[in-house]
Amino acid sequence: MPEIRYFFEDFTPGRSFPLVDKLVSAEEIVAFASEFDPQPMHLTEEAGKASILGGLSASGWHTASLFMRMMFDGWLKEAASEGSPGIEFMEWKKPVLAGDRLSGRSTVVESRVSRSRPGIGLVRFLHEVENQKGQVVLRGENPIMIRLRPSQEAPA
Amino acid sequence: MRLVELTPPGDRVITGTMQFTADDIIRFARQFDPQPFHLEAEAAKAYVFGGLCASGWHTCAGWMKMFIQYWNTETARLTAEGLEPPKLGPSAGFKKLQWVKPVYAGDSITYSVELVESRALASRPGTWINITTNDGVNQHGDVVMRYEGTVLEFA
Repeated sequence: MPEIRYFFEDFTPGRSFPLVDKLVSAEEIVAFASEFDPQPMHLTEEAGKASILGGLSASGWHTASLFMRMMFDGWLKEAASEGSPGIEFMEWKKPVLAGDRLSGRSTVVESRVSRSRPGIGLVRFLHEVENQKGQVVLRGENPIMIRLRPSQEAPA
Repeated sequence: MRLVELTPPGDRVITGTMQFTADDIIRFARQFDPQPFHLEAEAAKAYVFGGLCASGWHTCAGWMKMFIQYWNTETARLTAEGLEPPKLGPSAGFKKLQWVKPVYAGDSITYSVELVESRALASRPGTWINITTNDGVNQHGDVVMRYEGTVLEFA
């Protein structure tokens, strides 16, 4: 596991953490859809073109899962994360098509120490994912549980 | 026919049950969410969730899988009865997704959907937006996840 360098105290409102870029292939769109969301527009280019999505497009849950991995590789793997209780909202703003290159960021909206769990804070993030044309494809807000910094360590 | 005619508000539809094996949980997590509590039973004990548990996105993908399975069966049934199934389209997103309890290795999650409201879109004649509440319940009867979904419907 990578070294943990971000604790609750590092997530100050307004601070932004980049996600890792991700090139989305037709093969992975079809693989995810075959297992979890086998609708025609997620399975073939022809059906995608015939739909209002305009081409072979990722399941929204695939886009959300790709965002998760982009966030993990971007910053979450170095954060003292304890997981999340949920997502306040998530918008699938534009289709994610085969060949799209995604990028994005998580920005701290607010943070507070947990009342019920000692040593844990809740940090609320705004997450934004864009395609190579600069169009926002996914937007959402959610709280993540993050451990407080052990007293002897210096801030990142 | 419209979705609101098929399953009016108040009719909760059970779509199916999905098993979450340790192997499935780890396979999904390796690809999309490799946090220690989704990868290793031993490491998971040191975290808030306390045991190997599924990525929340895996739990959501399970809802979708069971819905599509139900919907394919339902549209085939309606067609066979000479009825025209509702034409559902894509979703623009969701709200208030709560991962209420962890989904642990070995859990069976039973998913359901209930229509709350169907609204005509002023900007797109012949199109409705349906708002649904979507749930997953484990084998002990505990709700593990719920959210408010949206799905477009065409005339």
